Amino acid sequence: MAEYSVFSLLRNGFNANRDWAPAWRKPEPKAAYDVVIVGGGGHGLATAYYLAREHGITNVAVVEKGWLGSGNIGRNTTIVRSNYLLPASIRFYEHSLKLWENLSHELNYNVMFSQRGVINLAHSPAQSDDFMRRGNALRHEGVDAEWWDRDRIARAVPGLDVSASARFPIVGGLMQRRGGTARHDAVAWGYARAADRRGVDIIENCEVTGFLRDGDRVTGVRTSRGDIAAKKVAVAVAGSTGRVMQAAGIDRMPIESHVLQAFVTESLKPTLDTVITFGGGHLYVSQSDKGSLVFGGDIDGYNSYAQRGNLPVVEDVMSEMVALFPGFARLRLLRSWGGIMDMSMDGSPIVTKGPLPGMYLNCGWCYGGFKATPASGWLFAWTIARDEPHPINAPFTLDRFARGLVIDEKGQGATPRLH
Amino acid sequence: MLIACPYCGPRDVAEFTYQGDANRPRPDPASTDLDAWNDYVYQRANPAGPHREYWQHSGGCRSHLLVTRNTLTHEIAGVAFVRSAPVPATKPAPAAPRKRPASRKAKP
Ligand SMILES: Cc1cc2nc3c(=O)[nH]c(=O)nc-3n(C[C@H](O)[C@H](O)[C@H](O)COP(=O)(O)OP(=O)(O)OC[C@H]3O[C@@H](n4cnc5c(N)ncnc54)[C@H](O)[C@@H]3O)c2cc1C
Ligand SMILES: [Zn+2]
Repeated sequence: MAEYSVFSLLRNGFNANRDWAPAWRKPEPKAAYDVVIVGGGGHGLATAYYLAREHGITNVAVVEKGWLGSGNIGRNTTIVRSNYLLPASIRFYEHSLKLWENLSHELNYNVMFSQRGVINLAHSPAQSDDFMRRGNALRHEGVDAEWWDRDRIARAVPGLDVSASARFPIVGGLMQRRGGTARHDAVAWGYARAADRRGVDIIENCEVTGFLRDGDRVTGVRTSRGDIAAKKVAVAVAGSTGRVMQAAGIDRMPIESHVLQAFVTESLKPTLDTVITFGGGHLYVSQSDKGSLVFGGDIDGYNSYAQRGNLPVVEDVMSEMVALFPGFARLRLLRSWGGIMDMSMDGSPIVTKGPLPGMYLNCGWCYGGFKATPASGWLFAWTIARDEPHPINAPFTLDRFARGLVIDEKGQGATPRLH
Repeated sequence: MLIACPYCGPRDVAEFTYQGDANRPRPDPASTDLDAWNDYVYQRANPAGPHREYWQHSGGCRSHLLVTRNTLTHEIAGVAFVRSAPVPATKPAPAAPRKRPASRKAKP
């Protein structure tokens, strides 16, 4: 049953919103848990939920430094798709997309998942070949992909500059109809509520400052609210991975933290009902249900923990947006912000047991961790509960770099700012 | 962000190309120490705070620069030509080539 029905809305509307029950408790941390998850972003919360739901492990705490949703889960541009090129990535993100398709129902929380389709625009014959190859790789794995020519795109996306005189004329595009967007905050809140209802303690404003150790083994966490013992400690702190791992004595990781900015315009009437990405540079744009255009581009490209970026990228993103949709030049920008990305050395994530005994690690999400949220939590929970990876996340290890088994979608090499 | 190029003076960050972490000890080119190469290519300290890093003034005098910048605030504490700055020590090649660790024998 929906907890937020028309009737409860009306009743609360008339009595000053006094009857709402909190969506999750605010418990004091216990002295010990079976599993402590560090980081209450989308991935940490999803992990807690699937530990309880799939593996019956409910003596779990999620320890979050700030408020739920204060990290990247509340800062992203909400694009969900599974149209990757390499088999390991396709399987990972397709697993996620399948979980997305039933997520609102499963959590009994409307995450506003909207399969409005994602079109990756191609601007040259070479790029078309490349995208068609990716489309074929996807269909080979049973994932939907369609090649759309320019005229079809022009009919579907009014306002797009499809003229031959554009600086990067549009040749066609790869459409994934099952892709789309979801409401990022609702994903955090939905997983938090569902985990809490199954007995998981969500502990906000509690920063992990160190790890309890017994020799090599990790036996718990030191926090700003006291020590918490745990049989298993799972780290899912996205952009803060380097700092948290340093507290565990791991000085160097195949990760650099970079800042990514995002932008929102004033609201306008429905004008864009798909997600569009620009292949002539790097831009992705969709229209939110409130009517704002939500968009972003490249990371700034230098190491940063500042959660704010610089103007050159702003200029770059705006010029790309206006190149694609000349009419959008008249819109006013409402807000912009930044988030800290855990850029890995091959552009792919790490979901694994270790690197210390008693520890489990989830990081390296780069630009793409929102769409991964359900699968990341599902697979990480599996790995924690069974002490071995599921076949889908088995390739996403930490030692794949040393072993020459990188999963590099772009073939870019160990240059995080270019992934 | 402005970077004060020692040759051109303070210039907009848009004129510069980031070349990354300047703290990675590069093994001797003759080294066959896989761990040392792995460290150099893939591992990063990624500090939150002062960070020594390379930039090139690619839209200006094209000098390679060593910049010390705070990753929490983007404040720049120092800029020098790379050629006049100390580079991280080159790791000498070990006397005898090391055995490959067991993990690398595992099948992909
Ligand atoms: C601007 C922007 C746009 C993006 N757009 C997209 C997109 O369109 N599609 C997509 O798929 N992905 C996108 N992403 C990426 C995606 O948002 C992230 O990869 C993903 O949210 C990371 O996982 P998370 O939700 O667990 O991270 P977070 O929400 O960042 O969670 C990590 C949590 O760990 C906490 N933490 C850190 N240190 C500690 C500590 N010491 N103790 C306790 N807690 C700690 C943090 O406070 C934080 O809440 C975007 C990201 C940004 C910034
Ligand atoms: Zn110069």
